[in-house]
Amino acid sequence: MTDFAGSQYLIEIIYLIASALFILSLKWMSSPATARHGILAGEIGMVLAIAGTLLHHGIIDYKWIIIGLVLGTGIGIPLGMVQMTAVPQRTALSHAFGALCVTLVGTAEFYLRTPNVPKFMMSVLSMEVILGGLTFTGSLMAAGKLQELLPQRPITYKGQNLVNLLLFLVAVGSAVYLVLHPGARIFFPIIVGVSLIFGVLLVIPIGGADMPTVISLLNSYAGLSAAAMGFVLDSKLLIIAGALDGSSGLILSVIMSKAMNRSFSNVLFGAFGQVQASAAGEQEAKPVRSATPEEAAAILLAANKVVIVPGYGMAVAQAQHKVRELYDALTKKGVEVRFAIHPVAGRMPGHMNVLLAEADIPYDRLIEMDEINGDFPQTDVALIIGANDVTNPAARTDQSSPIFGMPILDVDKAHTVMVIKRGMSPGFAGIDNPLYYLERTLMLFGDAKQFVGAIVRELTGGH
Amino acid sequence: MKMDLLTSLYVFMLAGFIGFEVIRNITPLLHTPLMSLTNALDAIAVVGAIVLVGEKKSTFATVLGVIAIVAATSNVVGGFFITDRMLRMFKTSRPTKPQLTKP
Repeated sequence: MTDFAGSQYLIEIIYLIASALFILSLKWMSSPATARHGILAGEIGMVLAIAGTLLHHGIIDYKWIIIGLVLGTGIGIPLGMVQMTAVPQRTALSHAFGALCVTLVGTAEFYLRTPNVPKFMMSVLSMEVILGGLTFTGSLMAAGKLQELLPQRPITYKGQNLVNLLLFLVAVGSAVYLVLHPGARIFFPIIVGVSLIFGVLLVIPIGGADMPTVISLLNSYAGLSAAAMGFVLDSKLLIIAGALDGSSGLILSVIMSKAMNRSFSNVLFGAFGQVQASAAGEQEAKPVRSATPEEAAAILLAANKVVIVPGYGMAVAQAQHKVRELYDALTKKGVEVRFAIHPVAGRMPGHMNVLLAEADIPYDRLIEMDEINGDFPQTDVALIIGANDVTNPAARTDQSSPIFGMPILDVDKAHTVMVIKRGMSPGFAGIDNPLYYLERTLMLFGDAKQFVGAIVRELTGGH
Repeated sequence: MKMDLLTSLYVFMLAGFIGFEVIRNITPLLHTPLMSLTNALDAIAVVGAIVLVGEKKSTFATVLGVIAIVAATSNVVGGFFITDRMLRMFKTSRPTKPQLTKP
């Protein structure tokens, strides 16, 4: 730290400012009113840090740096313009890119420094490429599942967890050996290769409904690998950014797994959604009551308070704009409409909020689960659009249910429950929902977008 | 060298705690933009790749570094861009529409 060139001091000061701006950026994200300042702070910090880095005295050639920056910008712009329904897979893809960057830099640093790598340095370097490697391929798998290039159902085989455990042990074991014997360079490609394979195998057995937890966890890993890279390069800025990202991902994954009443290990190794396939066969055909769009419109119009519960099905059907029309039509008639948002509704944390905001629904109408659950007994109609497991009362009452204990939206306490659903087939996780057989429940069979559209036509044209 | 390392560990620990305290207070409403923002900030790893490429120590390192710059820059640009797009969509009903209730 003593023989810094003058420019190096300047760079370190710039990094210090950038670190402060990054922290402010996250702090301002706490409320929608200040959140856009947060982006600005982050952008200024980023531009400062990149500009400062370009002053680095060791840089002798700018050509390839500029080519890289231009190419990256060219790829980044379309990735920033994707549709809101595609945000989960875009997020997974960007976790993959971040991890790719970290893994590549780690690999290059190893071959530049070997065999003179001190023990601590080699340990963090291994951590960097293990986390980076598994996050890279794991995130690619997650993105593939979300984009439906890969099957969303869990892919499982016998002895899966044992294979995964062995792979992980091989990676860690090789890393330990390399730390103790820095000359054994052959172990480095083994660490990287095994981590890449491990990432694939870790994510393929995870079902689509568990994606919110998995994406958050991968977010956390991406952050931690960047922090490890900060240790390798002795960059406090990277350590700070990585630690912030790592803790953000960790908090989100804790919130997500709590919202499903499951532990991390259960999400990662439980292969949810596969066990229940057999149970679905046993159910006898119980009677349900269904209604037409005209009847649904009449019931909604007679209500004072309506709560709409959106789920992943709404996103799949791209029904959010029709839902907005429904909101407008009902609000005009003096009906109070609110939206109940379950933490794991959709495919990533906050997914439903973004979709509904995109459709111009004011965010103060979007109510979190804990806040709205007490209001259901005073709610006239609970309208469920494309959500299933998060409304399943079996989670409260049926100890044998696979989702027993999971916090749910208490829609069954509303005076009338209406469920828009394609058919009676069980939901993604294959769990039967007793809600559908209640006397107060009306099933509205059809495509979410078309059915909501039909209700809107009834509400606006009928009067 | 040893002291540097220790300082780095302190920085990591403190930043982790700050992260926990700051992010705990973020409304679930904004969890999706939060994730895309932290993703963009995390792509600060690009500075490591820039130095790696600029120092031109070996062809191998330069090639890996350029790919790393491309990947991280696309996260920076795409991440900030989409976060901003998302946040612009969040509007409140309070200033424009007074709340209606049925008589």
